[in-house]
Amino acid sequence: MRSFLKVVVILGLAVAGALWVLSRPNTLPADAMNGLVGDPERGETVFWAGGCASCHAAPKAEGEEKLVLSGGYRIDSPFGTFLAPNISPGPAGIGAWSAQDLANALIAGVSPQGQHLYPALPYTTYTHMRTQDVADLKAYMDTLPVSDVASLPHELSFPFNIRRGLGLWKRINLTEEWTLTQASTPEIERGRYLVEALGHCAECHTPRDITGGLDRSRWMQGAPNPSGKGKIPAIDPANLTWSAGDIAYYLETGFTPEYDSAGGQMAKVVAGMAHLDPDDRAAIAAYLKALP
Amino acid sequence: MKYGFGLIAGAAIAAVVGTAAISDNGPDTKAINAAVKARQSQMTLYAFNISLLGGMAKGDVEYDAAAASAAAANLAALSKLDQSRLWPQGSDNVALGDEMTEALPAIWAADSDVGKKAMALADAATAMEAAAGGGLDSLRGAIGPLGKSCGSCHETYRKADD
Repeated sequence: MRSFLKVVVILGLAVAGALWVLSRPNTLPADAMNGLVGDPERGETVFWAGGCASCHAAPKAEGEEKLVLSGGYRIDSPFGTFLAPNISPGPAGIGAWSAQDLANALIAGVSPQGQHLYPALPYTTYTHMRTQDVADLKAYMDTLPVSDVASLPHELSFPFNIRRGLGLWKRINLTEEWTLTQASTPEIERGRYLVEALGHCAECHTPRDITGGLDRSRWMQGAPNPSGKGKIPAIDPANLTWSAGDIAYYLETGFTPEYDSAGGQMAKVVAGMAHLDPDDRAAIAAYLKALP
Repeated sequence: MKYGFGLIAGAAIAAVVGTAAISDNGPDTKAINAAVKARQSQMTLYAFNISLLGGMAKGDVEYDAAAASAAAANLAALSKLDQSRLWPQGSDNVALGDEMTEALPAIWAADSDVGKKAMALADAATAMEAAAGGGLDSLRGAIGPLGKSCGSCHETYRKADD
């Protein structure tokens, strides 16, 4: 009997130890950003394509106010409510972060303190970012206004409030692979980067599986709204029959082919995409058209 | 005592208004339905006129200065119509259901800035009226702010798409 207990205890410790190792936060190599010089002008494109302001600007911000990244936007989910933090370049934000810190947050989903970040920050998308783009983004964000608004804690219940568990989640859901494996033209390749590495369209337009990860077999095929009400539309070619020109124009102005206009979160997305080069909006449209 | 009468009369009126607003087929339901229909028709007219301007900006329709100016003038006139009777209390999507209207209760909330948004549309439409006849590039320059003014109101005050 005693030897049986011994076995159970040893097995239990072994499993706990394995989980501890498997859930460890993995950061980028310490020299990942060495030699990279950020260009703020290029970083502005990364900023708007990445949709940072959609969540990190104050919820009612308009126009220039969208550049004050004081946070406060609430993201409802089945796991609890996430509150977008202040990421302005000051003491209440991320002013003390290095480019390496930003790269770890975006590409590895790990904070400067070495803790897992919640994937409400869509690092499952940003993990595809080029380190040069992170350096450029950092250079641009350093030029933005400072806000002293304090970040608010997420409202999560057990067990989702244990960050360590995200290490296991990442093992299932964080991948460096592109979802559109073949990008047959440079335009589609650029579109893939804008959508799969920056724009994080899939975070809302792709349904999630039981772990809360994206179900890549149903890429862009529409999903329930994570806030609980309504549905996010499908934008794969089978469902979105707009021409590539219509899609690009929608991203520029918010006007649908029927001249209705985007609302809700999508209005914020359009407000960001409107800042891009026309070629980039066309590339996003070409990418969506190239999806299976 | 005069005071007391006023209070009672006020309470009585409030009660009547309150009841009428929630009854299913009182005269107020009719008025609310008519207002919803009218404001949706106005949105349709916005879209009808913007569709010509957008079609030209996009390159789907050949640019025509006179036609563009006429559509932009319509839009500017529409944006300045008095809308006070189009948005009665109790005509939101929670009260009437999503089938009937996508207008969110936030429109009527104390901190609502819907009036400011309406002004932004009127400003953008007025700018378009000035720009539309001045060549295709001039029209194109005015359509971005116009789209933005539509989106900024829909972002906060219209139920998100299904």
